[in-house]
Amino acid sequence: MNTAALLFYIGRILIVEALAMIPSMTISLLNGEDMSWRAFIVTIATLAVIGLAISLPVSKKNRELHSREGIVIVAISWILLSVFGAMPFFLSREIPSYIDAFFECVSGLTTTGATILTDVEALSRGLVFWRSFTHWIGGMGVLVFTLAIMPEAYKSSRTTHTGGGDLLHLVQAETPGPIVGKLVPKTAHTAAILYIIYVGLTLLQIIFLLCGGMPAFDAVTISLGTAGTGGFAVRNAGIAAYSTYCQVVIAIFMVLFGVNFNIYFLILTGNIRRALKSEEMHVYFGILFATTAVIAVNVISYFKNIWEAIHHSFFTVSSIITTTGFATVDFNTWPQFTHYILLFLMVIGGSSGSTAGGIKVIRSMIVTKGAMHSFRSMLHNRRVKVITIDGKAIDESVVSKVNVYLNIYVVLSAISLLILSLDAISFEESFSSVIACINNVGPGFGRMGAVGNYSTLSNVSKLTLSVDMLLGRLEIYPIIMLFMPSMWRRTG
Amino acid sequence: MKVVVAGVGKVGHAIILQLAMENHDITAIDCSADALEYVQNTADILTIKGNGASVETLTEAGAGRADMFIAVMADDETNLLACVVAKRLGCRHTLARVRSPEHSRNIRFFNDQLGISMIFNPEFAAAREIFRMLQFPSFLKRDSFAAGLVELVEIHVKDGSPLCGVTLSNFQSIAQVRSLVCTVERDGEAIIPSGSFQIKEGDNITVTAGRRDFNKLIKNLGIAAPRVRNVMIIGGGTISRYLAMRLIEAGMSVKIIELDHERCLELSEFLPEAMIIEGDGTMQDLLIEEGISSTDAVVALTGIDEENLLVSMYAKHIGVPKTITKINRIEYKDVLRASGIESLISPKMISTTEIVRYARDMGHSRADSVITLRRIAGGNVEALEFIATEETRHLGELLINIKLKKNTLVACIHRGNQIIIPTGSDSIHIGDTVVTISRTSDAVTNLNDIFND
Repeated sequence: MNTAALLFYIGRILIVEALAMIPSMTISLLNGEDMSWRAFIVTIATLAVIGLAISLPVSKKNRELHSREGIVIVAISWILLSVFGAMPFFLSREIPSYIDAFFECVSGLTTTGATILTDVEALSRGLVFWRSFTHWIGGMGVLVFTLAIMPEAYKSSRTTHTGGGDLLHLVQAETPGPIVGKLVPKTAHTAAILYIIYVGLTLLQIIFLLCGGMPAFDAVTISLGTAGTGGFAVRNAGIAAYSTYCQVVIAIFMVLFGVNFNIYFLILTGNIRRALKSEEMHVYFGILFATTAVIAVNVISYFKNIWEAIHHSFFTVSSIITTTGFATVDFNTWPQFTHYILLFLMVIGGSSGSTAGGIKVIRSMIVTKGAMHSFRSMLHNRRVKVITIDGKAIDESVVSKVNVYLNIYVVLSAISLLILSLDAISFEESFSSVIACINNVGPGFGRMGAVGNYSTLSNVSKLTLSVDMLLGRLEIYPIIMLFMPSMWRRTG
Repeated sequence: MKVVVAGVGKVGHAIILQLAMENHDITAIDCSADALEYVQNTADILTIKGNGASVETLTEAGAGRADMFIAVMADDETNLLACVVAKRLGCRHTLARVRSPEHSRNIRFFNDQLGISMIFNPEFAAAREIFRMLQFPSFLKRDSFAAGLVELVEIHVKDGSPLCGVTLSNFQSIAQVRSLVCTVERDGEAIIPSGSFQIKEGDNITVTAGRRDFNKLIKNLGIAAPRVRNVMIIGGGTISRYLAMRLIEAGMSVKIIELDHERCLELSEFLPEAMIIEGDGTMQDLLIEEGISSTDAVVALTGIDEENLLVSMYAKHIGVPKTITKINRIEYKDVLRASGIESLISPKMISTTEIVRYARDMGHSRADSVITLRRIAGGNVEALEFIATEETRHLGELLINIKLKKNTLVACIHRGNQIIIPTGSDSIHIGDTVVTISRTSDAVTNLNDIFND
């Protein structure tokens, strides 16, 4: 374990978090919210001091990373980001309990969007903005952002014997999906390209929403929440507070942010044909349209006409499959059949390499293809068949990793469910809460439904769900690895 | 600069690492996923799995928009085809590794008719370098500049050498020829010294001197070694074949020990003057029987590093005046040099250096580009040869008045037929060939890079 490199990158990330708080602080200042801007100043100062103190003394020679450091850096940074990100809520006394503030911040950074607030509109504007901003920065990844803006990352280190292949470990540990590649040779350039696409799409959404007459503050915060596929609303009425046009814009952008960003890169570089061939995208849209149709039929009696039913079921499906969690209607009141379809969608989630959560469409595809293959091989037991995606063979090690991933995922969900059962809430509530949190969706069913919140849970449950959210966002391994003793052994 | 490398073997990997350190955008192609994963972990590059000569893979790798394409796959023919394809797709410069002697004769044809920018042959280059070492066994390594008029030679300072304890400002009075100490390697560290530096026994020093002054220099420094007249080569691979040809041309007698019968027949056909012995060159009995103790030089060229080292150590032990050892795993060179194995040769490093030079040269379309690049002092220091043009700064100024960057020096100026080993009162003029010394980590690409302003 190269502790020096660990401190260097974690220090850098804390500084980035300090920078990320500046817009929120400015909004607090402009709105004359005394308590909250002071809370921001204190947090920013703390982050900057700690960040500089641990990163500055690290000399250039000691920054070499291996995959082990990459994993630890990602896990520790995300925990620290949440711990410090919760401070403004707590210090401003707008969320009096630190556990609640921590839950809220984890929920923001992991783009879950589960809230403990009963009245969002009572929160000061700066803090509302910070909540949404955590979605945005957490969506594409804080380390990816750090690499994109860190000038050193663009220069290969000449002092170490490696040519800088180490930075990929950081991106791989933070970006969702079983296979994480690069778009261009340099990791830092890849990070920058991803963020440029991300910023571009976010700006586009803001413009579309402004055109629909949405107030500027709402347009920006809702767009930040959509981009990260987070789902923190800024009105108590959620997205129902806006016009149908705005709802459609939000739904379309949710879908767009659930697509693998590599596809946008291919389109931008003129490889449209290759982009359109992506199998994962076909399946993603297939699920999206099929479930929209099924749910629309199922809920038709709740609406005046078929178009309204399609509108709301499309919005709900887009919101759930991309694990955003915005709501135009309280889907809690919809039939049970729809509830279960939505639960399936929560687990599947969006595409790999997008900002969405869940186990990702590609993992579902690999598992399904693997299962089909093992059924077929029962008939022809000497048959050899390679699992392919986009015409390229998926390595057997990847397939088995995906299977292991799903096993751990189920076990962890079961353990969380067990802990939540101590809280004496109904099965649907506890089950949907765990599924909504570990998949970074946000709203579950019952009291945790689209118009409800998580405030009634005990502190133990809130902490359990916070851990679930981090597990889900970082795709389990980094957080688990942190607790492996051999990770920390000198030779391990 | 965008670079595509097809083939991630030993040479490919070394090239990728070097170019990555020079901050190029590199895409690597190989058909082995394991090789790609390994290189991806060591360098910040993009990897693509596929056949490096196929149009599809090369298009996907963006070879058409690349500035440089390097083909280092296993077969010569594949490399040539890949280069032709890359060129057709629109790549600016294509480089192919071609190692078989049959193709090596047709380099001109490949350049002119197929449009391949550079053909490199690691084995041929290695043989040339070994030959140059054998020409002057007193020197551990030789690198020539200014069309062979000036050389940088590496010398080991033995116990009792007249150089022990001499400060560099007094070096001239001992050498009694125009010469300059450019680097000193001590305890595994390379130093670009100043005039007050004192030489100690055990140092390895690099000296610039005119080719014509070599005999005097060798005599005055007390490092005279007998001329090499007969050479024993262990291992009959491609390098051995190239080397034996040169040695025989130079009138030396050559004995090659090779294990494989078919290979022996082949060698004997191509090299009628050489004595080919079929047998295991690592067996002590055989070496003694073939008279290793009375040979002037032993060159260990088997495919296995450990065997080469063993043979060299044994040869050194029984008093063979000159031993040269080929190693692939160059990363251990510091350990080996420290344990007394000095004349090391690595075909992979020779080619890599040549490609790095080509890449740096391409970075500058102007005339003041890198003509020669040599790595000295264990690879930590570079000697570069430039031509001074009107864009060069400080033309005509006395060197003593020019501030150079830390750890750089001007080793030699070549003007017309004149070789100047510069002192403070010399100056650079337009059209001069200038040899500079700098740290490898500074990656000097232009003569102006050495000035500190």
